[in-house]
Order: sequence, then C-alpha cells, then structure tokens
Amino acid sequence: MWTWFYRLASPPSVYRVAAALTPWFLTLAAIVIGCGLIAGLAIAPPDYQQGDAFRIIYVHAPSAWLSLFAYTTMAVAGGIALIWRIKMGHAVAAATAPIGASFTLAALVTGSLWGRPMWGTYWAWDPRLTSELILLFLYVGVMALRPAFEDPSRGDRAAALLSIVGVVNVPIIKYSVVWWNSLHQAATVAKLGRPSMPGSMLWPLLTMFLGFMLFYGAVLCIRLRGEVLNRERQAVWVREAIKSR
Amino acid sequence: MSVGVWAAFVLVLRRELCLSFRRPDQLIQPLVFFLIVTTLFPLGLSVQLTLLREMAPGVLWVAALLASLLSLDALFKSDADDGTLEQLVLSGQGLYVIVLAKTLAHWLVSGAALVLVSPVVGTALAIPLTAFATMMLSLALGTLTLSWLGAIGAGLTVGLKRGNVLLSLIVLPLAMPLLIFGAGATDRAISGTSAAGALYLLGALCVLTCTLAPFAATSALRITLE
Repeated sequence: MWTWFYRLASPPSVYRVAAALTPWFLTLAAIVIGCGLIAGLAIAPPDYQQGDAFRIIYVHAPSAWLSLFAYTTMAVAGGIALIWRIKMGHAVAAATAPIGASFTLAALVTGSLWGRPMWGTYWAWDPRLTSELILLFLYVGVMALRPAFEDPSRGDRAAALLSIVGVVNVPIIKYSVVWWNSLHQAATVAKLGRPSMPGSMLWPLLTMFLGFMLFYGAVLCIRLRGEVLNRERQAVWVREAIKSR
Repeated sequence: MSVGVWAAFVLVLRRELCLSFRRPDQLIQPLVFFLIVTTLFPLGLSVQLTLLREMAPGVLWVAALLASLLSLDALFKSDADDGTLEQLVLSGQGLYVIVLAKTLAHWLVSGAALVLVSPVVGTALAIPLTAFATMMLSLALGTLTLSWLGAIGAGLTVGLKRGNVLLSLIVLPLAMPLLIFGAGATDRAISGTSAAGALYLLGALCVLTCTLAPFAATSALRITLE
C-alpha cells in the first residue's frame, strides 16, 4: 500500500493527476458557482433586517471559510512533507499559499463592504476581523520565508514549520465570534443542532461553499502543475513531457 | 567527559549571561530604544495627561514589543557566524536544552530588563501607581512569551543574510494576541477594574509557548543548520 502511495506522490504522477483533474474541477466549479450565484442573488428571499445587502454573504462566508481551509491544507501538506519527507507536500503547500492569501483578502474586502451599510464602518477592530487580518499576515510571512533561502529544500522546510506554528490561529478565528462578544454576527451555519438560517437562504450558501471548494481544487491543480514543473525543471520526464506536447 | 542535562543548561545559561554582561552597550541599547520610542508618542500626539493615560498601555506595549524584537536577531546569529552553534549541536547534548538556556538568557537580559525599566516609562506616561503591579506582571509574561516566539523566528532566519526584516514579519503576527491581552490587562488596571481575565490568558499563552515553542525552535534550527 505504501509503495503505491509513494508512486502516486512522485512528481510525474502528481503532474499527471493534477492535469487530469483540472478540467473536471473547473467545469464543476463553474456550474456549481453559477447555480449558487443565481440562487443566492435572485431566488433566496431578502433578509428581514438587512434587505438585499445580506446577499454578499454568498461570497464573503465561502471566502472566509476557504481562507481557513487553505491554511490548514498548507500546514497539513507541510507537516506530511516534513515527517515523511514527501517532496510533493512542499509543492502543494507552496501552491496553496497564494490562493489562501487571496481568499483571505477576498473575505476581508467583502466583509468591509458588507460592514459599511450594516455597521456604518468599513473596518472595526473586533476579534474576528483582527484575527482574519493576522491570518493574512501569516500567509505573507510563509510566502516571504520560502524564497528567502538559497537552498530551496531548506526554504520549503522552514516555511512548512512556520505554517504549522501558525495553525494556532485557525481555531482562534473559527471561534472568535463565540469566545468574544463581537460586532460580527455569530455562527449561523456550522452550529451543533439546527442552523439558525432558513433553508431558502441556507442551501444557496452551502452550494457556494461547494463551488468555492471546487474552484480552490481547480486553481490548486493548475498552480501545482506549474510548481512541479519549476521544481523538476532538470528532470528527464519534464523534457519528455514538454516534447510530447 | 559527559555532562548532565541540568549542568549543560546551567553552563550555557552562564555563558550567555557572561557574554551579555561583557558587552554592556548591547544590553543597554534596547532599553534606551524602549525609552526613546515611548518618548516619541507624547511628543507626536499630545502632552495632556488624561489623553496620555488613555493611550499609555498601547504605547508601552508596542514599544516593549519593538525593543525586544531588536535584540532577537542576535539570539542565534553571532553563535552561528563563528561556529559556536554547530559545536553546541555536536556536543552530544540535546539541542532542546541549549535552545531553552539561550532563550531564557535572552529573556533575562532583554525582557526582564524591560520590566524593570517599565515603572520609569509608566510614570512618564501618567500610569497610576496602583496599576504598576499589573503592568509589570503582564509585561513579564508577555516578554517571556515573545522571547519564545522570537526563538522560533530567529531559528528560522538564522542562516539568512538579511533575516532581520523577515524575522519581524514572521514574529509580529504571532505576537499580536500578546499585544491585545497585555495592553488590555494594563488598561483595565489603570481604569481600576479587575485585570485577572487578561492576565490569566497571558499566563496561558506563556505556558503554551514555554512548553511547545522550544520544540519548534529546535526543529527550526535543525532545518537551517544541517
């Protein structure tokens, strides 16, 4: 079983699998996000307090969720690469970091656009916003540390270790609205028991979650292929793969 | 000759302290920096004592964070440059013990010194005497935690030519919770309410980093040194 796993985690097979998965992820993401957007912007009823302005949640919440998911992916991939010395784990972590940072930025921007009509301000120094901002800085730190080393494998391992240390922040962000009395609204979907959101609003949101996950998968596959090619640029299989095109 | 773990810890700690006290200028520089930065704020903002008192905790904490960040760069650097660090790694003692001793020594000459100077700064920023105990306790816990976070960052950046800016970039986001709770505790002590909650959280962060950060700093050093 392990030999199979190591063969799968070898650069050529990662490259091939990512190439094969990309069109699937892209098509499915386009369909699911399209459905979710139509449902969220047109079909879901307006909120009784916030009116139509609440509809930004269909972009904001999935971005915020994906920003945490991508960070966890980065740390887990880095951990796997550190512990079992699987080089492709570093490639996955390196490919994920800019995507996660973009999702974090998207969550912050959409959140502040939402905050303007609802709270009367673009930015408030409240726990959830601040911890999300720290997450962005953590992404920037990991992305800055990797290329700082002349020896790429050393940079990979250093970045992996830093991302693992930064994981402490993930539960803090997740539960910041529960632990602190915050301006930000409390969790409405991922709650034990029944979500405090009517089904007509909820299902477009869950569709968008799924769509964003698929989109993340698609971008990850595309970036991963570039990352693998760059890392293996001296290898014979890369030359053959390029020649055969 | 084999040396026990405890003996090795004491030896490294004594060596670090001895080296620091032989270069008193390097010892004093972060403290002077701390004083100068806190002086800048009243000059730049306002000299009204009531306003000053409101922003004193934040000013004090930001200055303390920056001051201890200044000396973090040197935590492993000079030893790595002259090869001492490699000898320590090869000495047969666990790197864990060495990191523990070096970081504790760093805290004693930077963090603890800041705590001792803080009453002067506190008086200058019009912090009432009743809040001094909380201020100093929170600073002590906070700077110790920061030393540990900094040991991870210093370990990661020790082999780099221009690691100083990167070190701040890595350590400051991790240190932000410290600033929030530390300044919060001091703020509550100034306004006369109980600061226990924030102090407990600072203590928890301190214990968390004291127990886990040495492992991370050790692995960081192994990555950059090997």
